[in-house]
Amino acid sequence: MSDGKQKTKRGEAAPGIKKSRWEAKTKSTPVKPDSLYKNRTKIFPKRVKGTFRRIKWIALFAMLGIYYFIPFLRWDRGPDAPSQAVLIDFENARFYFFFIEIWPQEVYYITGLLILAAIGLFLASALFGRLWCGFACPQTIWTDLFIAVERFFEGDRNARIKLEKSKWTPAKIYKKTAKHIVWLLIAFATGGAWILYFHDAYDVMAHFFTGGSPMTAYVFVAMLTFTTYALAGFMREQICIYMCPWPRIQAAMTDEEALNVTYRFDRGEPRGPHKKGATWEGRGDCIDCRQCIAVCPTGIDIREGLQLECIGCSLCIDACDEIMVKIGRPTGLIAYDTGINIKRRQDGKPSAYHLIRARTIAYALIILAVGAVMLYGLSHRSVLDLNVLRVRAPNYVTLGDNYIQNGYTVKILNKQAKPLKFKVEAVDLIDDPAGLTITEARFKKHGDKIILEVPANETINYKLFLAVKDVSSLSDREDFYFKITDMSDSNNTQQTPTVFVTGKDK
Amino acid sequence: MSDHKKVDEHTGTETTRHEWDDIQELDTPMPRWWINIMYMTIVWSIGYVILMPAIPLLNGYTKGVLDFSDRDRVAVAVEQMHADRSARSQELSNSSINEIIGDDGLYEFAVQQGKTLFGDNCETCHGAGGQGVVGYPNLNDQVWIWGGSFDDIKYSITYGIRAEHDDTRFGSMAAYGRDEILEPAQINDLVQHVLNISGQQADGVSAKRGATLFAENCSSCHGVEGKGTRENGAPNLTDTDWLYGGSAEVIHETIFNGRNGVMPNWNERLSADQIMALSVYVHNELGGGE
Repeated sequence: MSDGKQKTKRGEAAPGIKKSRWEAKTKSTPVKPDSLYKNRTKIFPKRVKGTFRRIKWIALFAMLGIYYFIPFLRWDRGPDAPSQAVLIDFENARFYFFFIEIWPQEVYYITGLLILAAIGLFLASALFGRLWCGFACPQTIWTDLFIAVERFFEGDRNARIKLEKSKWTPAKIYKKTAKHIVWLLIAFATGGAWILYFHDAYDVMAHFFTGGSPMTAYVFVAMLTFTTYALAGFMREQICIYMCPWPRIQAAMTDEEALNVTYRFDRGEPRGPHKKGATWEGRGDCIDCRQCIAVCPTGIDIREGLQLECIGCSLCIDACDEIMVKIGRPTGLIAYDTGINIKRRQDGKPSAYHLIRARTIAYALIILAVGAVMLYGLSHRSVLDLNVLRVRAPNYVTLGDNYIQNGYTVKILNKQAKPLKFKVEAVDLIDDPAGLTITEARFKKHGDKIILEVPANETINYKLFLAVKDVSSLSDREDFYFKITDMSDSNNTQQTPTVFVTGKDK
Repeated sequence: MSDHKKVDEHTGTETTRHEWDDIQELDTPMPRWWINIMYMTIVWSIGYVILMPAIPLLNGYTKGVLDFSDRDRVAVAVEQMHADRSARSQELSNSSINEIIGDDGLYEFAVQQGKTLFGDNCETCHGAGGQGVVGYPNLNDQVWIWGGSFDDIKYSITYGIRAEHDDTRFGSMAAYGRDEILEPAQINDLVQHVLNISGQQADGVSAKRGATLFAENCSSCHGVEGKGTRENGAPNLTDTDWLYGGSAEVIHETIFNGRNGVMPNWNERLSADQIMALSVYVHNELGGGE
């Protein structure tokens, strides 16, 4: 583009400028075309102290602690089930979470959990903006940790900038190498902890380093080590700005009453340097010290207003408050506030905070409702299930002694950690128990009621034949129930509707 | 396209200079790492082409340095499956029915294999669920012409019925009318007798004459009371279950022309373990086994 511009100008070149000189000039300093791509500008966030930094440290330690140590917690479930408190057992298709055990059939609990997570995010956004991004997102947490490591070896902002620009010296090599080694160790621990959620943690720990774990374990550890190292060490804010969908969704989830990290320009402007002892009359409180920019992990200037790059980490609030205390002005030049409040103050009205409004009430109600449904589901979760599939070929069989027989495949799910015996009966079919026989195919157990065994924590199929002596009281397709009752606990029972075909109409 | 840069006032970003209904597209530069990732994928693809099968040629394709082939892997997996199965099959043919029933894995293996074998070999005559059709017995009930114990069923499957094998089950229902063993009137009397003993309406006088004829001609196989004998494959004539039908016409047809249904001996077509699996399936899963 620029070349074309030059050419046009050169073509027009004119009064007083010799063509040759022009050419010489352009040759010596060729105009560089604008790049289609933007290099990442390295950010050197400055260390900051304050309330929000403290909250962030607490959140960081709490969440990393949870992530790294939860796999080692134990929970006694008896001899037939794993004793790891939180375990996603793909091999046996089970999910364990303390007292909760979920089978693949109950995957809808995951749906509920995802709904809760989504609405929880919406609610947090409606109240305090990007609370999740700033304090709880793994990308923020690990980046924070990596920056702390970087600071430990390379010093604070100015030292790091200096180091970056300096020539390679043994000291620089040492600092950089040490930093990367610690980064890689943290990244490895991150990937390593991940696989502990899928197999017994102590077992994995015992076998991982001797090469005894399955290939997938090493692949996953390698992948997560790499992504942690790359994302927290190098990509950092690029993930938030370019990759993460949340900043875009956020725009739809926020409204004018949502509190966000805000520069109160009504108080700060006009900004400018301030000499000690000079008057504060006729000027704003912002002394343009640029500390808010220095501490920002995404390298933006919060004074330009709410922007996509702001992850709401609140560190600029801490930085600004520190300065305000030093210069003897009230803190809170940057604070959780809303644009509409700034307008209110400019109009001479007092600030107003509406945390409770239609949107937040609605979100809270949805969370309550979904939470209640899930709680009910989990506390009333059946530990026994019975599915009945009728055999359709043949639909019914007339036996030699005039009995009519139907076949059923009965599937029993015993979600308890102990083997159980069940009494199986057909209810609501005929009154006389002697007029009906249930036969189990494999062991040929038979009678008007039979006893079936189901191993602990398993699903088992039995093929049953139900023969009825006198079908005169039944319709062509008679509805009835198969009922199973735990022999050791008569409250543990389950019944499933099915049909008995008599073939009368044929 | 004009040569002038157009900068969006609000963002300070250059635009693409295209305009749609007053809306302009910002020409935001892509992050550098993005294009670097694309370069990396190109490098990756070069490595892939070198290592893996990649480019189709006129007759064949480039095999790649690793000599990887999905087809070979399938062949290996199939081989492995056969090896696994043959161990199970071996176990199956060496086990008794009680051992099979007592072993979860073996029983499941037998039933699954038996189900497939039944579908491939038996369904054509005996029906999808073994419910039978006229002339081909129902395998779901407890009426068994040649016996419904596991061993009986296995024997029938192995050697067949009236099949071309020395050990086949054999019994013959003669054609009393066609071969002029009995007079037409006598056959009518016999029909009345059979109707009578099977609990159907019959001419008493005729049936009485038939009873004498039955004792002389039929009782050696069907028994004095007509309840049948399994060693001869002679069905019970006193129940409601009929292989060919229990009406007067069909009974007449049966006595006049005889019945000699054939089931092939499967020992030449199926292996010992397959016959075992099929026998378990018929005996246990179809519901009629004794």
